[in-house]
Amino acid sequence: MEQSKIRNFCIVAHIDHGKSTLADRIIEHTGLLTSREMQDQVLDNMDLERERGITIKAQTVRTVYRAKDGEEYIFNLIDTPGHVDFNYEVSRSLAACDGAILVVDAAQGIEAQTLANVYLALDHDLEVFPVINKIDLPSAQPQRVIDEIEDVIGLEAQDAPQISAKNGIGIEEVLEQVVHRLPPPSGDLSAPLQALIFDSLYDPYKGVIIFCRVMEGTVKKGTVIRLMATGAREEVVEVGYFGAGQFIPCEELSAGMVGYITASIKNVKDTAVGDTVTDAERPCEKPLPGYKKVLPMVYCGLYPADGAKYPDLRDALEKLQLNDASLHYEPETSVALGFGYRCGFLGLLHLEIIQERLEREYNLDLVTTAPGVVYKVHRTNGAVIELTNPSNLPSPTEIEYMEEPIVSAEIMVTTEFIGAIMELCQERRGRYLGMEYIEGSRALLKYELPLNEIIYDFFDALKSRSRGYASFDYDIKGYEQSELVKLDILINREEVDALSFIVHGGSAYERGRKMCEKLKDEIPRHLFEIPIQAAVGGKIIARETVKAMRKDVLAKCYGGDITRKKKLLEKQKEGKKRMRQIGNVEIPQKAFMSVLKLDDRK
Amino acid sequence: MKPIELYFHIPFCVRKCLYCDFLSFPGERRTIEAYMRALCTELEERADEYRESLVSSVFIGGGTPSVAEPGLVEELLKRVHTLFCVEDGAEITLEMNPGTADGESMKRYRRAGINRLSMGLQSAWDRELKRLGRIHTFGEFLECYAAAFSAGFDNISLDLMFGLPGQTQEDWRGTLKRVLALRPLPAHISAYSLIVEEGTPFYALQEQGKLSLPEEDCERQMYADTEKILGSAGFFRYEISNYAREGYECRHNCGYWQRRDYIGFGIGAASLFQNTRFRNGSDLQEYLRSPGALREAEEVLDKRAQMEEFMFLGLRMMRGVSGRVFRETFGEGLEAVYGDILSRNERDGLLYRREEPGDVFWALTVRGIDVSNYVMSQFLFG
Repeated sequence: MEQSKIRNFCIVAHIDHGKSTLADRIIEHTGLLTSREMQDQVLDNMDLERERGITIKAQTVRTVYRAKDGEEYIFNLIDTPGHVDFNYEVSRSLAACDGAILVVDAAQGIEAQTLANVYLALDHDLEVFPVINKIDLPSAQPQRVIDEIEDVIGLEAQDAPQISAKNGIGIEEVLEQVVHRLPPPSGDLSAPLQALIFDSLYDPYKGVIIFCRVMEGTVKKGTVIRLMATGAREEVVEVGYFGAGQFIPCEELSAGMVGYITASIKNVKDTAVGDTVTDAERPCEKPLPGYKKVLPMVYCGLYPADGAKYPDLRDALEKLQLNDASLHYEPETSVALGFGYRCGFLGLLHLEIIQERLEREYNLDLVTTAPGVVYKVHRTNGAVIELTNPSNLPSPTEIEYMEEPIVSAEIMVTTEFIGAIMELCQERRGRYLGMEYIEGSRALLKYELPLNEIIYDFFDALKSRSRGYASFDYDIKGYEQSELVKLDILINREEVDALSFIVHGGSAYERGRKMCEKLKDEIPRHLFEIPIQAAVGGKIIARETVKAMRKDVLAKCYGGDITRKKKLLEKQKEGKKRMRQIGNVEIPQKAFMSVLKLDDRK
Repeated sequence: MKPIELYFHIPFCVRKCLYCDFLSFPGERRTIEAYMRALCTELEERADEYRESLVSSVFIGGGTPSVAEPGLVEELLKRVHTLFCVEDGAEITLEMNPGTADGESMKRYRRAGINRLSMGLQSAWDRELKRLGRIHTFGEFLECYAAAFSAGFDNISLDLMFGLPGQTQEDWRGTLKRVLALRPLPAHISAYSLIVEEGTPFYALQEQGKLSLPEEDCERQMYADTEKILGSAGFFRYEISNYAREGYECRHNCGYWQRRDYIGFGIGAASLFQNTRFRNGSDLQEYLRSPGALREAEEVLDKRAQMEEFMFLGLRMMRGVSGRVFRETFGEGLEAVYGDILSRNERDGLLYRREEPGDVFWALTVRGIDVSNYVMSQFLFG
């Protein structure tokens, strides 16, 4: 295939601006699929992705477009994950492309992720052209958005296609612009092999399937390849490209092409995203730039609700990890919760997705402890530990100082809510860096925020305090020294390890108080009174009491309807089963997530 | 012959009370007549299955059975006597709303064979009756009560309710005192704590925060007052919510708690026969079309389910569950099966053990009654 007839591109957008819908339409209009084969959102093939309307794993599809000039073009559309948790994957997907379509909602205009994504694309030297989507909405203001794109991003936008991906309006124009405005790939077919891994997938029959973009050279069946970062070395079994929802084998992949390689690799960990594939016999001089090891940012404990299901949880995590190298886990035990795993995630969304998949696909009932970030604890003896579980915090006398991760955040908001959002950032220990006005009615706020202040409910708080108008994006900046303490929760005077969390000294009192209030509502009344206390370093800073159960009696036995009475008792007994016994107090499982919902301001 | 109890459900009432979630609704005269005929048909069709049994009690409940013409009730009881063996002196109860019966109909009920009346008085204060959506006043009740006695009823039970919206402890004591001032005294009193059931107007009010119920402590105080006040007048508590003068415990209800066989007729009526529980469907039109064919939801109780019921039903009675009966029924010792749970609850002060010659009883303590659902749920397996 001639390189001039290939276009490798992706679509970038703020969440909900219609990226996946446009992808569907492109696939439909390039005619590779009949309408009947067309499911909604062809690219998102995990159930969960479809339900939540977001893309989790990067996916890619090859289609054939017959352009108005009568020529056939190969389009490799590389779908990118749409969430800040997966920024690194996004950046690798972009690196596999030569161009990008920027989708902007005709009613919403530019949002925080629009900016973040478009800058990311420009950083990768991609050609970008804008598309105005949802022009059929009553509130659409295409011309305003066009001006905004030109003013804020500096992209020429006057002839941007104005489309409705949902209703299939203007798609042809988008396809023509892909041909004419995005560049073809380049690269030397006879040079040593150099291919970028942008994703991988575990298949029980083929082993790991590597998704790659060939930059230089050629790869085919029998080539012995080496993965430059991990060192893995295998003989290629098959190469091919991506049909919609299927793998189509082909002779070879050469410079400029996007496709897959299988080589009986057993572990996705060997095929790290961002790594370079080369020919083991005739290696390229150096790997492609930009590879980095992805580290989990958020940790929490996952425990089976039913202790006997521990092996099932282990099996499920193993299976999930086959397809998700960024998921980390190691066994841990908790006094309160028994045997479980401390798991590391890229972010809170990643955590929620894994948790949901475990519960749904593997039918596990889980107890999740409060998520926390990775702290660096500098001990008095000079050692530095990376703390992922608050219970492992050394005693205060052994700690020289602690550090916590900081992000730089950009928040886009309409001007009327600037005050409310600044107040929120202030409460979350944000450091104000600056503000830029965007065409009068909106502003881009720049803050540095501790990661542990945004992993819980920051996004929800942001939305509720801006009536849904604020959008948000962030990047990990680094570690900073901080005055941190461990907040312990005592229930009926017993410390519950699974409820401890690390908090900034200044907010300890406030968080402790709210935590006690929350737990008071979550813990059912017992035969006796239960004190709930929050403590820092052994000193009680807040207290609530669950009063003793006074009355739990059914006055009338519904005549002869004994079945109804029994159902009532069964429900009561069933409720108890879903609780955890701590000392002689029974705690409902959702209480362990209480810390996630402490922002009660509307 | 094994004893059996019969229950007839009459789902009609003049107007539904605001707290009521029983299967009941207003009915036209014609519908009521058709329904009473359907009851007779169902009885005829099914009587054969129970011909080996001896009827120890009949209970006509609702709804408000007294909305049916006494003649129709008479007809029904005639069928019972033709189709079943009825024990001499069997308890035959009719539930009655004080607003629905006069002296003449009292006499006819009596002649029809009713020997026990259960009257829904609920409160002795008109303002409370009104708030509950009752159709009668206390004055009307007094007339009805007097008429019942002159018609020859000497076994009368009154239903009362406490923990009502806006009710004070003093209000409740007042109701009890007014009831104890009745002459002659009733034989039996049921005093229920109000339960706000889903789907009732009270529930909707509660959801809106417009139902000001007494505080829990106050409500429990009312419960304690009930035993004290009724006790001093010769009524003893024999079940969580039931009080009787010596010898007047409701035999029919005791049957439910002791797991005696009973057969329910009419829509929604539940039955227990030879350790199988079943019930009739609740669709009135369907029932009128084919009265015998509505039986649904059979559940065969295995030994464990029987034990569970034995415990949570038996514990409702103040004398408690009998170790001897448990062993006779199941061939295992009560303390062998439930020892851990019994001693845990004894330690928590919720159950107590009482020895009698040749038997051991386990019963709820006063504190145990307050949290009896918690206690009972522990006796469920699994």
